[in-house]
Amino acid sequence: MSSPRYWREIPQRYRLEAGKCTDCGNIHFPPRLVCSACSGRQFETVKLSDEGTVFTYTIIRVAPSQFVDQAPYAVGIVELDDGVRISAQIADVDLDALEIGQRVRIEFRLIQNEGEAGIICYGYKCVPA
Amino acid sequence: MRDVAVIGVGMAKWGELWDKALRDVFVETALLAIDDAGVDHIDSMYVGCMSSGLFVGQEHLASLLADYLGIAPVPAARVETACASGGLAFRQGWMEVALGQSDIVLVSGIEKMTDVTGDGATYALGTAADQEYEGYHGITFPGLYAMMARRHMHDYGTTREQLAQVAVKNHRHGAMNPLAQFPFEVTIDQVKSSVMIADPLRILDCSPITDGAAAVVICPLDRAKTLGDKPPVKMVGSGHATDTIALHARPDITWLSATERAAEAAYKMAGVKPDQIDLAEVHDCFTIAEICVTEALGFVDRGKGGQAVESGFTALGGTIPVNTSGGLKSKGHPVGATGVAQIVELTKQLRGDAGDRQVEGARVGLAQNMGGSGGSTLVHILEAT
Ligand SMILES: [Zn+2]
Repeated sequence: MSSPRYWREIPQRYRLEAGKCTDCGNIHFPPRLVCSACSGRQFETVKLSDEGTVFTYTIIRVAPSQFVDQAPYAVGIVELDDGVRISAQIADVDLDALEIGQRVRIEFRLIQNEGEAGIICYGYKCVPA
Repeated sequence: MRDVAVIGVGMAKWGELWDKALRDVFVETALLAIDDAGVDHIDSMYVGCMSSGLFVGQEHLASLLADYLGIAPVPAARVETACASGGLAFRQGWMEVALGQSDIVLVSGIEKMTDVTGDGATYALGTAADQEYEGYHGITFPGLYAMMARRHMHDYGTTREQLAQVAVKNHRHGAMNPLAQFPFEVTIDQVKSSVMIADPLRILDCSPITDGAAAVVICPLDRAKTLGDKPPVKMVGSGHATDTIALHARPDITWLSATERAAEAAYKMAGVKPDQIDLAEVHDCFTIAEICVTEALGFVDRGKGGQAVESGFTALGGTIPVNTSGGLKSKGHPVGATGVAQIVELTKQLRGDAGDRQVEGARVGLAQNMGGSGGSTLVHILEAT
């Protein structure tokens, strides 16, 4: 991971900044330049809800190299209370007890140690609410 | 627009081809198609390839391959839309012939995936997902399809058994295809007890890492009648559509809307309905994918894809045999080659040339090839002449 590539996403990964279309009200995460719902081009910056429910999930048992130390780990698509869906790891959870509909909240966590560029990557993970 | 026909097909044995360079895998396969077509020259060429840059460190692929095939200086282009690159190459070739720009076009697909380690292949394939908002969190491709499977099971009651039946069926078909990477049968118990990759998907729910190529020669239909000695197969429908690259951004993650849209366009162009399709080659990169695809193509109702495989509806001898070649599951999945290999199988079937796995009386065949978790899809419909 190059440092510019990491740096550019910091507002989303650290602060959950999304773009709300001022024409139709759709919230886009990450922000876009054009609204995919109404083609609007005006947005205001809003912060995502930090609680939601598990929409679907899986347990990653065969992980990419920078995640091998964490495997097995749960990942899911979480529907936040503002209606936005995100993909994230679901941490601090009993892998056998995880289920669709479970309540979770977002926490700021270490995501991966990326070896080659030496960047320690942070961001959001979900944990049981 | 001119009518276009497939007049030659080529495919060699797929697998782990460590002793062959990418360029040689291509030339060997292209020559099979050229010889099958009985043509003495090629006017233009397309190659579908997802990531020769990440898999073998080689870009500028089309020129390299045209050079080694000995057809330079004809125009050659490489096209990419992840695992649907082969289907896209076929569509581009069809358009070029239909528009009258070229007469005899070689369409090929290729991927050489085993020169890198397993982790290198996982990384290269992962680039077909949203790198910043899926891959960043440690979500793999099996992980994305596993989340689709989990939700399909939740919404429609699809069972672990039904997922396994897709693998069992496609391996049963693939056992009759000597060119398949894994031409042997597997049992439900073997699938259900194989190593877990991303719950509920196990290794026998996943298509393999494969080296391989596929090629077809196409030309105007009226010229096809004077070339070669095999019956030409007519291209009657083509559709291409996109969807969000991130799975989480779709309103219904088990509904492949790009497949639905591409199929609608292809059905409309061909003037056929789903129940007029005699056989289909579809993108079973994971067992759940075939279940979702058969729904989006309109072969069965929404949510009924699991029951379709369980009842034998999609098996050889069933109403619409799906993946008679063995599919990606048994035949192998060299990603850029897959879409063209589907056309190879349909052509063999519509010529009545598919050996033990021949669908009796096959007249109309459909190919569905998709990229990523469904962010791009190509659908083609071919008809016997
Ligand atoms: Zn809008």
